[in-house]
Amino acid sequence: MSRPRIIPVLLLRGTGLVKTERFRNPRYVGDVINAVRIFNDKQADELIVLDIDAHRRPDGIAWRTLAELASECFMPVCYGGGVRTLEDMRRVFALGFEKVALNTVLHECPELLSDAANEFGCQALVASIDAKRSWLGTQHVVTRGARQSRGIGPAAFAVELERRGAGEILLTSVERDGTGLGYDLDLVAAVTGRVGVPVIACGGAGSLADVARVVREARAAAAGVGRLFVFQGRNRAVLITYPDAGTIDALFP
Amino acid sequence: MILVVDYGMGNLASVVNMFARINHKAELGRTADMFARADKLVLPGVGSFDAGMKNLRERGLDALLEREVLVHRKPLLGICLGLQMLMEWSEEGRAKGLGFLRGDVRAIRRVTPELRVPHMGWSPVTVAKPHWLFPAEQSPPRYYFVHSYHVQCADPADVLATVQHGDALCAAAGHENIVGVQFHPEKSHRYGMDLLARFARQA
Repeated sequence: MSRPRIIPVLLLRGTGLVKTERFRNPRYVGDVINAVRIFNDKQADELIVLDIDAHRRPDGIAWRTLAELASECFMPVCYGGGVRTLEDMRRVFALGFEKVALNTVLHECPELLSDAANEFGCQALVASIDAKRSWLGTQHVVTRGARQSRGIGPAAFAVELERRGAGEILLTSVERDGTGLGYDLDLVAAVTGRVGVPVIACGGAGSLADVARVVREARAAAAGVGRLFVFQGRNRAVLITYPDAGTIDALFP
Repeated sequence: MILVVDYGMGNLASVVNMFARINHKAELGRTADMFARADKLVLPGVGSFDAGMKNLRERGLDALLEREVLVHRKPLLGICLGLQMLMEWSEEGRAKGLGFLRGDVRAIRRVTPELRVPHMGWSPVTVAKPHWLFPAEQSPPRYYFVHSYHVQCADPADVLATVQHGDALCAAAGHENIVGVQFHPEKSHRYGMDLLARFARQA
């Protein structure tokens, strides 16, 4: 089996890297191309880049930024944000991205997933599921920056998306996002227990110990990490860390 | 000149980009003239088998590949779907493969409930026998894999390397001037650069 992956998840707004907390208050951290270049130099396993504004912008996906970004990476990169059609996906792949993450469109047009799987193969398709706990304590899927509930639980939705052609699930806890309080292990385990495709856990990583736990205890195939690796330095320059190969090997013996 | 075959699928930019980074000239193309001028060929690929074969055939690239690879015997490197299309057929689809290598393509078996499919991530490969494609060092090289199907060679001598994912899957296959890798060298950092450099340098 492949080694569990540690995947920096970068939130993009224009050319700026931003951090959020519980999906709110995006704060500028630095230039995204610079961050990507450094992650590449540090031989990061993989990258996920999510444009949180693409669906709102009239001109949609920031193609020039993506082209520049893709050219910096010699590891797999997944792009998400405003991807709505097969043509969008063709363009993203042609730029050099390995995978696309789909979110909102999956609720409006789920058959897109099967069409996309037929053309690109399911391994190129990441179904992005954001989950929030209701006041009753149950998890439900949300969209539109966690403002709209979709009336379905994340595990049930993941099962349906796997059936339709998703090769991977990106599962993000809205409550844990940006808090560093650790992953929501129950949420992750509820999904990994129901699907056969890899699940990338996201939201809450505060330490490498959290990363090891979500893999070991909740059976995540990969750990998405946001603020743990990205800091804002002086003069608005972004500071990046990433564990070296020896550290990762020790984490997953 | 290394020609990266453009059949409209795959992370073409990444392959060309990595060759550029290791200072080897690679060009993207699909014309008969470029095929004729190429010293070596790379067949990349991301996507489904039938879509890939359809794209190749519609553009007449299957015939050009046959001429340059089987007749003129230029070195060919297939990557991921590019390797799978070299086989005779695939369980993934209904189209016939190129048949440059004997064997077929099968779905990865979920031998235990814990096994994740697609096989996704960094895995070490076990080199079957010394081969110019792989470094001869002690620790096995690691590459990024992302696939749901794997190649089965009819001739065991064609298996150059394997990767453990449930079963021991074929990670690389080859016969004479043709080699193919299931993983993505263009996405495998320095390990991938090393492999592409070896292909570029190989006479």
